[in-house]
Amino acid sequence: MTSFFQTLGMSYEGAWFTATIAGILLIALPLMLAVALIIYAERKLWAAFALRRGPNVVGPFGVLQSFADGLKVFLQETIIPSASNRGLFLIAPIITFTVALMAWAVIPFADGVVLSNINVGLLYILAISSLGVYGVVIAGWASNSKYPFYSAMRAAAQMISYEVSIGFILICVVLWAGTFNVGGIVEGQRSHIFGFINAYAFNPLLFPIAVMFLISSMAETARAPFDLTEAESELVAGYQTEYSSMAFALFWLGEYANVLLMCALNVILFWGGYLPPVDWAPLYAVPGIIWFFVKILLMFFIFAWVKATVPRYRYDQLMRLGWKVFLPISLFWVFLVSGYLMFTGHFA
Amino acid sequence: MIQLVSFYIFATIVIASAAMVIFARNPVHSVLWLIVAFFNAAGLMVLIGAEFIAMLLVIVYVGAVAVLFLFVVMMLDIDFAELRAGFVKNVPLGLLLAVVLVAELVLGIGAYQAGAVKLGTAEAGGATISATVPNIEAIGALLYSKYVFLFETAGLILLVAMVGAIVLTHRRSHGTRGQNISSQVQRRPQDATRNVNQPVGQGIEL
Repeated sequence: MTSFFQTLGMSYEGAWFTATIAGILLIALPLMLAVALIIYAERKLWAAFALRRGPNVVGPFGVLQSFADGLKVFLQETIIPSASNRGLFLIAPIITFTVALMAWAVIPFADGVVLSNINVGLLYILAISSLGVYGVVIAGWASNSKYPFYSAMRAAAQMISYEVSIGFILICVVLWAGTFNVGGIVEGQRSHIFGFINAYAFNPLLFPIAVMFLISSMAETARAPFDLTEAESELVAGYQTEYSSMAFALFWLGEYANVLLMCALNVILFWGGYLPPVDWAPLYAVPGIIWFFVKILLMFFIFAWVKATVPRYRYDQLMRLGWKVFLPISLFWVFLVSGYLMFTGHFA
Repeated sequence: MIQLVSFYIFATIVIASAAMVIFARNPVHSVLWLIVAFFNAAGLMVLIGAEFIAMLLVIVYVGAVAVLFLFVVMMLDIDFAELRAGFVKNVPLGLLLAVVLVAELVLGIGAYQAGAVKLGTAEAGGATISATVPNIEAIGALLYSKYVFLFETAGLILLVAMVGAIVLTHRRSHGTRGQNISSQVQRRPQDATRNVNQPVGQGIEL
């Protein structure tokens, strides 16, 4: 895109700057729209699982429900508790929201369509997702209220625990793809199985960790069945208890942007990203971005399905699953995958 | 141009937030400023082309170490008045440390301007580092060839530290009842409930 702006007669710096800003807007604005629609879709899905109707009043089939909700919170008064730490209280939702958008910079939407094609893309995603916990922790502390604080403590413990096994899972994929570049990982899946299926997940050695990654990503985004941070029976509303109006909405948006990001990561790492499912020429007529979105939506359906049907974990079960089940298995899997690749001469 | 502007932005924020770490009255604010400093230092690393180190800095220090730090500082009940009372007592020691640090900085800059010391690092290892090879490959090639023993020693030391920490803190407490996960998982609905087709108007035998 930089070269396009250069043809308009800008200097290189100006063109680069304009192109980057345009790229950020091109990702962030549709993402916000997608979040609004995905919240609607998820409410409809939960309703269907519970034999209810779901939102059906605002707009045709209730499509505009999320926008009506957004308008409503926008018009509400922002209440800041007098005992809270004012600055941090307001910064916390902004951190959550910004961090949720930042990671999208390295996600390839189609072949070569990526804002920043860096060598350490996967590490960047890991780094940014590890920042996400700060929004929750700061919110919990700055509220100066006991339930948000409990929630912040839980969130910190939970996210650190699951990041460890996520790190090992990513290493397995990186070993197979031979690169940390996100686009390179997608390209590595081209004709991976039997020479025509474009996905790592059908690889018998990688399928177990694909399942583990799906579960870990639910824990990482603190979604049901791992939503211990906002368990309403124990913690009122968790770290969001003291929040109202736009600050609350920013948490909400950031959370769903994170969920979409985790769906996208699942798709990129194990289900072939923007590639069609099968390496067959006519399927490439459909643009890569369509395949990518369809796969993300299918993944999101699984997320909504799990949230609608699986009861919440107990806290000790959550920690046990992270440290005593996922960590040993993923560590063993790194040995297994690297041993297999070494044995078959993959690295030669 | 872009690099220069970014460098000055990152460098200014690093120094300003490092100063705020000291000047902030609330220890939690100090930790948060420290995180800002780490994050912008990572930006500086990216600028000199060390993207792998930058990402490690964020993942390890910001993502893990600082979270635990924050965790502990938030839970501590710190008396600020008492903290400030110790200031006068510690001034001589602090001044001494500051002088030593300034001396080291001057020495370091002087040594740097005198020219590079030939330690025989990269060129002797057989792995030549060029601008086209990604950071990770270059560092990996060095770590797993020339410095493999040092690397493994570092891992061993960390393992010993981990075992040591567990040995020091793990106490077998009496009277606690742990969860038996396998018996919980194997439990079925019919173990706890039974369906009874009870005639109307009669009590149930339990």
